[in-house]
Amino acid sequence: MNDTPGRASAVIVGAGIVGNSLACHLARLGWRDLVLVDKGPMPNPGGSTGHASNFIFPIEYSKMMMELTRDSTEQYQELGVFTQSGGVEVARTQVRMDELRRRCTAAKAWGIPAEVISPAEVAKLVPYLDESVILGGAYFPTVGVVDSLRAGTLMREEAQRSGALQVVAGAEVLGIDTSGRGRNGRPKITSVRTTAGEIETSICVICCGVWSPRIARMAGARLPLTPIVHQMISVGPIALFAGTQGEITYPIVRDVDTNMYERQHGGDMEVGSYAHRPIIVPPDDIPSIEESALSPTELPFTADDFDPQLAEALELMPELLGDEKAGIRYAINGLISMTPDGHPLLGPAPEVDGLWSAAASWIKEGPGVGRVVAEWMSGQVPTVDVDEANVARFYPSQRTVAHVQARAREGFNKMYGIVHPAEQWESGRPVRVSPVYDRERELGAVFFETAGWERPYWYASNESLQERYAGRLMPRDAEWDARWWSPVINAEHLAMRDACGLVDLSAFAIFDVTGPSALDVVQSLAVAQLDVAPGRVVYTSLLDERGGFKADLTVMRLGRERFRVVTGGATGQADLAWFAEHLPADGTAALADQTSAQVTIGLWGPRARDVLQSVTRDDVSHAGFPFATCREVEIAGLSVLASRISYVGELGWELHVPVEQGGKLWDALWAAGTPHGLVPVGIGVYGTTGRLEKGYRAFGNELTADYTLVEAGMTRPKVKAQPFIGKEAYLAQRAEPPAAVLCTLTVDDHTPPSGPARYMLGGEPILSPAGERLVDAKGRPSYVTSAGSGPSVGRHLLLAYLPPAQASVGTRLQVECFGDAYPVTVAVAGATPLFDPDNARIRS
Amino acid sequence: MEIAVCVKRVPQVGGRIVVTPDGQDVDTRMSGFAISPHEECAVEEAVQITERLGGTVSVLTLGPAEAADQLRDALALGAHRAVLLEAGGHAWGPAGTAAAIVAEVRRRSAEGPAYDLLLLGNEAADTGDYQVGIRVAHGLGWPCATGIKQLEVTGDAVRARREYRGHEETFEFGLPAVITVKEGINLPRYPSLPGRLRAKRAAVEQYQPQWQPEGLRTRGLRVPDQPRQQATVLGTGTDAVPALVRLLDELGILK
Repeated sequence: MNDTPGRASAVIVGAGIVGNSLACHLARLGWRDLVLVDKGPMPNPGGSTGHASNFIFPIEYSKMMMELTRDSTEQYQELGVFTQSGGVEVARTQVRMDELRRRCTAAKAWGIPAEVISPAEVAKLVPYLDESVILGGAYFPTVGVVDSLRAGTLMREEAQRSGALQVVAGAEVLGIDTSGRGRNGRPKITSVRTTAGEIETSICVICCGVWSPRIARMAGARLPLTPIVHQMISVGPIALFAGTQGEITYPIVRDVDTNMYERQHGGDMEVGSYAHRPIIVPPDDIPSIEESALSPTELPFTADDFDPQLAEALELMPELLGDEKAGIRYAINGLISMTPDGHPLLGPAPEVDGLWSAAASWIKEGPGVGRVVAEWMSGQVPTVDVDEANVARFYPSQRTVAHVQARAREGFNKMYGIVHPAEQWESGRPVRVSPVYDRERELGAVFFETAGWERPYWYASNESLQERYAGRLMPRDAEWDARWWSPVINAEHLAMRDACGLVDLSAFAIFDVTGPSALDVVQSLAVAQLDVAPGRVVYTSLLDERGGFKADLTVMRLGRERFRVVTGGATGQADLAWFAEHLPADGTAALADQTSAQVTIGLWGPRARDVLQSVTRDDVSHAGFPFATCREVEIAGLSVLASRISYVGELGWELHVPVEQGGKLWDALWAAGTPHGLVPVGIGVYGTTGRLEKGYRAFGNELTADYTLVEAGMTRPKVKAQPFIGKEAYLAQRAEPPAAVLCTLTVDDHTPPSGPARYMLGGEPILSPAGERLVDAKGRPSYVTSAGSGPSVGRHLLLAYLPPAQASVGTRLQVECFGDAYPVTVAVAGATPLFDPDNARIRS
Repeated sequence: MEIAVCVKRVPQVGGRIVVTPDGQDVDTRMSGFAISPHEECAVEEAVQITERLGGTVSVLTLGPAEAADQLRDALALGAHRAVLLEAGGHAWGPAGTAAAIVAEVRRRSAEGPAYDLLLLGNEAADTGDYQVGIRVAHGLGWPCATGIKQLEVTGDAVRARREYRGHEETFEFGLPAVITVKEGINLPRYPSLPGRLRAKRAAVEQYQPQWQPEGLRTRGLRVPDQPRQQATVLGTGTDAVPALVRLLDELGILK
């Protein structure tokens, strides 16, 4: 029987691939007195790990997911449970062939072996596949299968052998107790109660897969995850497989156009589907082990949902699957975890001190997730940048059951879909709208969603500008390149540069740090000097301990003890959590989220001062209101906090007012601006065209944990005397030549071998003139971190980190897009803007 | 050979059965449905007989519209024809069920070709009444053998065997007849992909049998308290071998 310890340094709940891996990595990092709890028996407690199809394709469009998968694969290989089989994705349609070329190009960016092959070459690899059904395929030779249960067992046993871990199997968690004495007034974990006894602990890690939301709620946290059904059948005995050795001989086939896969499993063929209707099972409805006919996550098969897929599978593999002697021996509605954005939920839960999440991870990421969460828990910077998987990234409305289910339903059938990088969600919108939303709708705004906010990307009302700027709009003829895009963006851009534009920036996340220790808090996080005079605005990066980027934002010093932080909506929640984690325990600094209290409207362009001066008595001249300062100005009877900065490279201001006054501010500027040629300007300009012409770096694109301030070309002459997180690393980075240099490249020729001109959208590999991948001394490949039009410079612009040897102006290189190479030239090495390199406009 | 196999849609439950809050039904929200294991064997037996002798296997069920799923499952295994007697929301006991089957058999006789052999499971997995087969035979005036684990069918006669308290009983009688079979009579096959696709396309004949109230009614369901099962760990690794061998020996497995 279980001998449950009364105390633990951390309680890990869930002994699937993630929990076992986490226990192992924590033990390797020196943790002791760990306890792993699961309600089921070892080695297969009945979660999703137990019924997974266990194959790993290395290719992902998300760099983070690709790296987690790569690390996981290496760990499986070290454990001796990986069998390389190769894998083929087949195309039944021409658009899928294009997509496979795009996938192989992405694979090249990450250094993953991949090639587009003909139907005959597919049939040579997979002799039982009817090549007449397909147009071709993409072959990934490093695909393989793993024994995830064995891997989990080996990792768990390693931790047990080292004396670091006790395993309590067959014990269900009944409650997670907290007391209200954590940081920032949050509750903190005190114990985990199980059917086998209570365990005192200050740390509890949720590794419970589909049960995670249920367990997290016991501690008062919400995890935005839902179990959803993935149907799978196993057909056998397959005559052809009778003579093969081991688990798998033939490559795994992904019949992506039908959302299915076929994978040899010993003498059987497993056929899985993501094509059926989304079937959501709330965590509380998952049956117990005793109630389950098979296991809690192997629910009864609903044959009607799968029948259409049988026909598709039979069409692809007619003889092998059409054998009347081969039976459907196993068929399940398997439960898997899905999140609103498809990424795992990792890191400390924002609601409760000591509660960690390592949820929503599949077999292909499991060991990697175990490693990064263990590193994170140990106060280290995770070896894979998992910022996109930070559990704190969701706003409250995004953590609701309705939102999670809606996005899971919408995302399910896209699992093997062709998803455009700018593709928008349809469900659960609109949620967060600006006070001028109705005005924007009247102007024909095309809204994109960020962090739940509806943001105008461009305005149909500006279509008439296309005539004025005809010949400079860089239209895109390829449907893919023009999808989720409009030449109106470029027209808005030019109109802003000619006159001025009004930009709705409601989606900014804004929070105030106040109190006697406020300065210490912001100083301890920011690279830039924040002990500045009140009224100064400082643009700064925040680093992690290793000197990688943690955030990138502006700070206004509003008073001696009052700082206002303005950051992007997409990163707002994570940034807020980062500040919250670093508040002093004595309560001498407080953090207040102002996002829903303040609205930001941007006014930029050469005529911005004329417009602003016409609605205010205050002095907004260059001398009277210098760059990088902020102050209250009176506009139309409103007291407005104006901040003179720019992300588009123009003279102008961010104007902040309480939300309920946003409409009045907009109207006043609109009326005053019309005679000056003011136009509404969308995020297409703000986030891409205006930014890229100025070489401004974006967090998450250029600024990630993998690169440094030095490499991004963002160092300043001096480093402030005060300590800040990452300072030691940053000083060391400054002492050495960079391994890569962030450059702006222009595309010299957009002509493919056939068809319309192509425009890169980001993520493409940069190649040498000979077509070879560029990889820097730290092993990081060069790829396009941001791409977009530069209407004022008349070129399509790419940002990319290049090895120093290539990072010089005029160097000719290539970029690969959909399998074809295009010539590019380094236009800027470093941070000098391509447009208005002296920044005369901003400082005018 | 015209064979009818009577099957019943029953919940596919795990080790612990959950009853709905009103105590009237098994909670099937998270369980699937299937036919009873004995009936799976009856379907397999019928398919094997027609594979040998030719003829038609009809699967017959009395149940809700959803019971067509179970008929299609049987079609996927090789049955040729499916008949759904719609329960119409009524609670059918063994007498009424038997009467409905008898009526269907007579209807079929009138329209032809008549059934030569009726196969049923020995008892249903949910209610366990052990009655329907005998009542059908009685209603039709056909010979009946129950609990059969071995069956030989020739053109017009059957030889059926069953175990009874350590002995084997053999019955021989002519057709038509009713036979209820038990698990172990054969090893049912799995459905093939083409079989499943054929089943999906097949038509299901539907009839509305006449329901009449009868003496046996469900008042409510209760799950009896089960003694919590105790597991004994024999040891770990190779240390466990002697104890394991001793246990297997006690169970008579090593003989």
